[in-house]
Amino acid sequence: MPSTMGSTSRDDLSRAGGARTETASGTTDGTTTQSTTGSTDDGTRDGADTTLRLLDEKGVRHPDAGLDRWLTDVDAGTDEARAPLLGLYEEMVVARRVDAEATALQRQGELALWPPLQGQEAAQVGSAAALRGDDFVFSSYREHAVARKRGVSPVDLLRVWRGITASGWDPYAVNMATPQVIIGAQALHGVGYALGIQADVERGVVEVGDDGTAAVVAYVGDGAMSQGDVNEAFVFAATWQVPLVLFCQNNQWAISEPVTLQSAVPLVRRAGGFGVPGVRVDGNDVLAVLAVTREALHRARTGGGPTFVEAVTYRMGPHTTADDPTRYRDASELAAWAERDPIARLAAYLRSAGLLTDDDEARVRGVADAVAAELRAGVVALEDPPPLSVFDHVYAQEHPTVAAERAEHAAFLAGFAEGSDR
Amino acid sequence: MTAQTLTVAKALGAGLRRAMTDDPSVMVLGEDIGRLGGVYRVTDGLQAEFGPRRVVDTPLAESGILGTAVGLAYRGYRPVVEIQFDGFVYVAFDQIVSQLAKMHARTNGAVKLPVTIRIPVAGGIGAAEHHSESPEAYFVHTAGLRVVSVSNPQDASTVLRQAIACDDPVVFFEPKRLYHVKGEVDPDLPLDDAAPMGTARVVRPGTDVTLVTFGSHVATALDAAVAASDEGVSVEVIDLRSLSPIDHDTVAASVRRTGRLVVLHEGPRQAGVGAEIVTSATERCFDFLEAPPVRVTGYDIPYPPAKLEGTQGPDLDRVLVGIDRALGRATSGAGVEVGA
Repeated sequence: MPSTMGSTSRDDLSRAGGARTETASGTTDGTTTQSTTGSTDDGTRDGADTTLRLLDEKGVRHPDAGLDRWLTDVDAGTDEARAPLLGLYEEMVVARRVDAEATALQRQGELALWPPLQGQEAAQVGSAAALRGDDFVFSSYREHAVARKRGVSPVDLLRVWRGITASGWDPYAVNMATPQVIIGAQALHGVGYALGIQADVERGVVEVGDDGTAAVVAYVGDGAMSQGDVNEAFVFAATWQVPLVLFCQNNQWAISEPVTLQSAVPLVRRAGGFGVPGVRVDGNDVLAVLAVTREALHRARTGGGPTFVEAVTYRMGPHTTADDPTRYRDASELAAWAERDPIARLAAYLRSAGLLTDDDEARVRGVADAVAAELRAGVVALEDPPPLSVFDHVYAQEHPTVAAERAEHAAFLAGFAEGSDR
Repeated sequence: MTAQTLTVAKALGAGLRRAMTDDPSVMVLGEDIGRLGGVYRVTDGLQAEFGPRRVVDTPLAESGILGTAVGLAYRGYRPVVEIQFDGFVYVAFDQIVSQLAKMHARTNGAVKLPVTIRIPVAGGIGAAEHHSESPEAYFVHTAGLRVVSVSNPQDASTVLRQAIACDDPVVFFEPKRLYHVKGEVDPDLPLDDAAPMGTARVVRPGTDVTLVTFGSHVATALDAAVAASDEGVSVEVIDLRSLSPIDHDTVAASVRRTGRLVVLHEGPRQAGVGAEIVTSATERCFDFLEAPPVRVTGYDIPYPPAKLEGTQGPDLDRVLVGIDRALGRATSGAGVEVGA
């Protein structure tokens, strides 16, 4: 964590949605950090709310005292920053490469389905990089880069999408739940888990270090903001002040429905009504995302309760490989967002700071290609599990009905075995 | 501790107290369960005893309560959720059916969610709408859930402790008619000495007709058995206790002896628990049956207003008519094509 962590002299919560709103004329409440680029034209409805940003679309780094204090370890002016900055770059490049390989595997019939993350690399890598090992993540189904950052192997990431298993990994091995397909349901699981952390702390069954308790990040999308479960999660989290970050990747589209269909106000403003601090960040700026998430997690760890983060980004690809976005959105919109590409932006910044050379780029590309090759080899080698495995984990303790049905199907299958009368 | 005379409501509270004392990971969540002690006073005194961290008043959102319980269980807790009334559980349906029930399978067994959902169930108390539902079939139909319904104070205490100790999610139905019914209860009965949670119990032996039921209608069935005995008919009454799994062995053993089956419940007939019991018994005992099995159930209608609810909840006379039909006897109700 940055050394300046405890040095704030102002109220961090003043960044709350609703409490801090730029008017159209550009005046603010005067107490908080504002976007240093001066641009709020990022696809949100009215541009009236501040979007925090450190790297502009050309990769120019703008100072921001409020955010910079969370980024002392990635301050390009220091030698120590080179490795972590290149690390973020590499994570994003590899995430995109894995995503592209998975899409190709689906097209080749090796995966049943794939929900691409392209365009959302900074929102995912930046937020996941802020996590501690003992934090817990509940995600939707598109957070592949988050899962990778938590330690999920690329092959494990794809098992479910190959259609051979219900689960690609053990949630407790990486402290991240397996993907949630029911929109928004996981937000409440995050609340409950965070309530459990609170209870553990009060019972004294976990030790609390200098940087506070473990926390939970629950990832949702812009579509989920309409779900009852997400709104209930806001209510419950605020009531109990649980250590939770509700991290919304507003990628502008819920399949074919634009975010304007989900909300009459910018999503970030919704938080304020629940009494939850809200912050909007440029989701294609990995440094701003990292800073904002660190601040939110710090608040969660130190008794400050939940925070809502709206990361404004864009889903460059289809909703899933079964989707055809050309039916509902214009090529010009896609082109505009391509100009805001999160990887190109970071690369430009690192090059300008002398931290990214041609050799570095080639090396990272090599890493990504190697991961993709390993992924492909691993996935195509995955075999279908035996049919009777569908009965394995329905219950934790034996259930006579399922046991009997398993026996019935085993006998049915045995009827086809060599030597059978059938 | 020796046996005490307790109402079902008090016996449930005693079961919760015992479970919370035995296991610090047990938490109780629900609406009005703290200072008020719940609308039926089941949690009376628990918050004062165990504190607001373990006896948690929640905001009024059932999906939120269930989703929170899923997350707590993910973290290692054993939440006991109180749904205030049966008709309020539907807004939590996804969290129960897609999340709670399936998570063990969805994680290949890595995540156990030992959540108990207590639901006051069924009618007969003159309540407002949405307060008298019998929604058990929805949950019996859901893989991953266990479903129980208690009929007496001892089971209220003991089966609740078994449900909480179970590593699977359990939907625990508490018939509202029974909350004030008293009986002998040993709240400290060792769970190893109690009948396993998934087993049925023959509560009155008989030789002529098997009458299968659960919850508050065990009492109706016993009344019917007494009335039938006055006419020389010997009725065997089975309290199912568990609706998932269903103890088909106990039912089948009885039907093989009596050759006649009547199933009694308050929930609607179509695809209800009775349909499952009749089908299974027919599959297992076809050659032993002397007559078609009979279902005496609630009708396939919305639960009626209070003044009309006697039409829906099967009473003694409707059970006796059902027994007569199973015996092939003509009664005022015989000859009517039921469920055709």
